[in-house]
Amino acid sequence: MNEDKFDAIIVGGGLAGLSAAIVLARAEKSVLVIERGDYCGAKNMTGGRLYGHSLEKIIPNFAESAPIERVVKKEKISLMTADGALDIGYSSSKLSSRPENASYTVLRGKFDQWLADQAMEAGADVIPGIIVEKLLMEDGRVVGVEATGEEMYADVVILADGVNSLLAQQLGLKKELEPHQVAVGAKEVLRLGEDVINQRFGLRGNEGLAWLSAGDPSDGSFGGGLLYTNKDTVSIGVVATLSDIGHSELSVPQMLDRFKEHPAIAPYIEGGVPIEYSGHLVPEEGYGMIPELVGDGVLVTGDAAGFCINLGYTVRGMDFAIESGRLAAEAVLRAHEAGDFSAQTLSVYKTLLDGSFVMRDMKQFKGFPAILTERAVFEDIPEIADNVCAKLFSVDGEPSDGVIMYAVNAIAQKTSARQLVDMITRILEAF
Amino acid sequence: MRKMSMDDRLALNAFHTDEENSHIDVDLEFKDEAEIKKLLLACPAECYKYIDGKLQFSWLGCLECGTCRVLSHGKIVKDWRHPQGEVGVQYRQG
Repeated sequence: MNEDKFDAIIVGGGLAGLSAAIVLARAEKSVLVIERGDYCGAKNMTGGRLYGHSLEKIIPNFAESAPIERVVKKEKISLMTADGALDIGYSSSKLSSRPENASYTVLRGKFDQWLADQAMEAGADVIPGIIVEKLLMEDGRVVGVEATGEEMYADVVILADGVNSLLAQQLGLKKELEPHQVAVGAKEVLRLGEDVINQRFGLRGNEGLAWLSAGDPSDGSFGGGLLYTNKDTVSIGVVATLSDIGHSELSVPQMLDRFKEHPAIAPYIEGGVPIEYSGHLVPEEGYGMIPELVGDGVLVTGDAAGFCINLGYTVRGMDFAIESGRLAAEAVLRAHEAGDFSAQTLSVYKTLLDGSFVMRDMKQFKGFPAILTERAVFEDIPEIADNVCAKLFSVDGEPSDGVIMYAVNAIAQKTSARQLVDMITRILEAF
Repeated sequence: MRKMSMDDRLALNAFHTDEENSHIDVDLEFKDEAEIKKLLLACPAECYKYIDGKLQFSWLGCLECGTCRVLSHGKIVKDWRHPQGEVGVQYRQG
């Protein structure tokens, strides 16, 4: 048995698992990555945008060879009512100006296969198409995995099996997810062609746009819409927090239809040919949903660990996944040096995370999920913005109040001064 | 753009289906309509249907997101597993 024992088995060939595999394989450890899809990425979906800084540490200048779609050079945020949208747009050479601050639109079906190739080149074994049904235990320690009836052993198992980590639940490291902790995302990929995308979105070459919205697409429910430009396709989707399902009579697929038909969106995607439809859960609660991260012989990374932040204008998960995978690998290397794989030794992983941007940012923004469950953000604010802007930009020859007074009255109809001050205070505190 | 039916949407995807075995065990006798409605609204693949007062479920277009398990585990969803390796949706774009 010992001859067949791996230094590490990694469950899940996504960004966390493959990042860990690369670091371990480079240190000449025997690593096995087990992926349940046909290939790495086959079960994965993102909005999405990858902030490149953490992968940069593992593969410098990765964007030169990786199948990224576009480099994000334009940001757009919209507050939407049924027929209006207040947009905030930003484009600048300061965006994605160097590898360390760059972000890229990506499609995981392609991107993860490339990262798997990097892991295999580094010396890791990657086996797709089999599912790990359970973890093998000896004296309360994880000693391997059982996959499709076959037992495989390792000094340590890294769980990188995604938001639905049933294995972390089986171990008791993680509780079943609660509806307020996760959102469901539904996305279509529409083929438009490279030239059409550049013309419609005002992009050149490989420049990309990231566009997030709140309000109408989710019909006032907690959630929002997204649109990212890929090379010759766009990713268009909606996200809805599960605890708020039923606030609107719309189903999630209907929210996606509504978003696609919105007058601020429809002209951009006109004539787009749908080529894929995907759905996935997003861990959204942030700091509050982080499970036990280590046990004897086991570590938890990426979405399985709840490492994700949704700030409304910025959604991050993949950069956390990569960093957590890298740090898990560093912890495993130290455990190998010590020849001890107990939870106590492996807990250096938690120390490394605490010293990294992962926990720093998860802690800094831990108040955010509460703001994104303020009904006003999704219902009242888009409507007030719509009405005030309509006033501001319309001239019809009729007498009008000052826009400022109109705005004050519009807000006063929806909320009391006290409520408004409370909400602004909560938003400022969350930063 | 023309609205797509869910069948058309799902037909865009690559699936390796196992028509014999469901990876989700659903209580089709479940009667609480409020609970049923949550799954009708939330499942992105419309795997759940409620027709003539009867809950229906098909796993063949399942996108394996886990939404139904999180919303109704221990109620409508009696057991939820990942499909066997290679079975189910295989995203080419993702």
